[in-house]
Amino acid sequence: MKTENVIEAKALTKKFGDFTAVNKISFEIKKGEIFGFLGANGAGKTTAMKMLIGISKPTSGQANVAGFDVYTQTENIKKNIGYMSQKFALYDDLTVRENITFFGGIYGLSRKRIKEKTQQLVSELGLEEIKHQLVGSLPLGWKQKLSFSVSLLHEPRIVFLDEPTGGVDPITRRQFWEMIYKAADRGTTIFVTTHYMDEAEYCDRVSIMVEGKIEALDTPKELKKQFKVDSMNDVFLRLARNIE
Amino acid sequence: MKRFIGFVKKEFYHIFRDKRSLFILFGMPIAQILLFGFAITNEINNVDIAVLDHSKDATTEEIINKISASKYFTITQFISHEDNIETAFKKGKIKAVINFEKDFSKNLIKERKASLQILTDATDPNTANSITNYINAILQNYQQAENKDIEVAYQIIPQTRMVYNPELKSVFMFVPGVMTIILMLVSAMMTSISITREKELGTMEILLVSPLKPFQVIIGKVVPYIFLSVVNAMVIVLLSITIFKMPIQGSLFLLGAESVLFIITSLALGILISTIAQTQQAAMMISLMGLMLPVILLSGFIFPITSMPIPLQVISNIIPAKWFIIIIKGIMLKGVGISYLWKESLILIAMTLFFISLSIKKYKIRLE
Repeated sequence: MKTENVIEAKALTKKFGDFTAVNKISFEIKKGEIFGFLGANGAGKTTAMKMLIGISKPTSGQANVAGFDVYTQTENIKKNIGYMSQKFALYDDLTVRENITFFGGIYGLSRKRIKEKTQQLVSELGLEEIKHQLVGSLPLGWKQKLSFSVSLLHEPRIVFLDEPTGGVDPITRRQFWEMIYKAADRGTTIFVTTHYMDEAEYCDRVSIMVEGKIEALDTPKELKKQFKVDSMNDVFLRLARNIE
Repeated sequence: MKRFIGFVKKEFYHIFRDKRSLFILFGMPIAQILLFGFAITNEINNVDIAVLDHSKDATTEEIINKISASKYFTITQFISHEDNIETAFKKGKIKAVINFEKDFSKNLIKERKASLQILTDATDPNTANSITNYINAILQNYQQAENKDIEVAYQIIPQTRMVYNPELKSVFMFVPGVMTIILMLVSAMMTSISITREKELGTMEILLVSPLKPFQVIIGKVVPYIFLSVVNAMVIVLLSITIFKMPIQGSLFLLGAESVLFIITSLALGILISTIAQTQQAAMMISLMGLMLPVILLSGFIFPITSMPIPLQVISNIIPAKWFIIIIKGIMLKGVGISYLWKESLILIAMTLFFISLSIKKYKIRLE
């Protein structure tokens, strides 16, 4: 089971006119893996991710997500993935419960299932007292945890997290990563972009994108060995400098 | 279907929890219709005028009495000298001065003609025009009554009748216009704002990644506004019937159907705007500048299209509001049916299809 690939990309490319945002990237991600997708701003992370989640068509190359083709089977991909964007993306003017009901609803969960899930979520996150409050009144950390839980509502096979911990304090970040581990233990594959290099250390494997290309891809341990440095931060700096 | 209901429910939460949109949706239509109905009027009523009577004889007195007896004019001042006319106008209350020549009666008898001068304050040209016409009409009347028994060589007696709005109530003209503005505003502006809001917040991305198809997202966002716009249209029609005694000569069913058509045209425009605008602010500016101004200025709502310069007349054809105003004026005031309005209706349908296909195209480009 552990060897099953849930994401496969081969020479995946995206061009906007003359500009190549993503240049022939290839990788495979296994079930239950936490895959860190690293890169500086503008390196092409978000564009690559958008192709994988089916909202942007690749210019060339191939990719399968959850066994479905990114050109022709985006509808199936969408049913099998969860997504949390870097902007906090629940509705501020809806209560915690209404948000859960809404997002459960658009993924086609039955009313009974939504009720169960709401109950489970509320007790897991300790939201009992505030479930009828508007989400807008919650602290950012809670919103983000809630947002992550909502992206897992329909029990997707893969969840894509686009810089999920931006602007959050270290303690909340820690808790957030605990939630990620829990989800990965249940067999959900995690595809996470980040530019916090300490978070890269938490991932099973990381890829580092520089100017549209994947310049390094391995476990954090191997990468540090390969570049003969102590931290992922230094790995990243080395790579960036080589390019210059 | 269940997903869809959930979506619409969520949209209603957004609307009912936002005081600003609630105000635009429900406060504005009522405020506008009352404002246009009561405050803004083209009618001449109790206009203050002054008289400068150089002859002070029986005939001038009779004419003065006739004028002041009409409900249109109130004579508030008698001026004794030409020099004072200017001051009377400058004070601003007097809108017109009637100046009888010396020996008015005598001239009338001896030379069979006498003259009087009508001076009007033309800082407001439309009112000045109306005032002159009204005074002329009163004089004509007086003359005809006087000449009743005298044999004249020949005489043309025009019989005028104002059809469809015999009392020349300006509210009959404003109601269709206000209804058009409000439906346009609610449908186009509110939808474009609510769609761009999801873009700004980042929730649009989440929705696009979900199994919902893009067209489902858009329809889900648009349906509540169709519903609210229909409610609005009903409120406006009800207000105009009850408060302003506006007649609905034609079929209410047709009026409803045409309103829904125009609402859909406006929604299509709103969707198109939301594909162009990235922020709520931009959506609002485009809606206000791009839709409201043309609707008010070029749709024939206030300014008659036939008296515009040719280029503007041509431009007015691409404004959906123009066609809708023709349609509802036809139904409300003339009582005509679809056999007279099919051309305008077809134009609106064609425009709607054009806006929708343009939005789809723009949307696809963005997705590539």
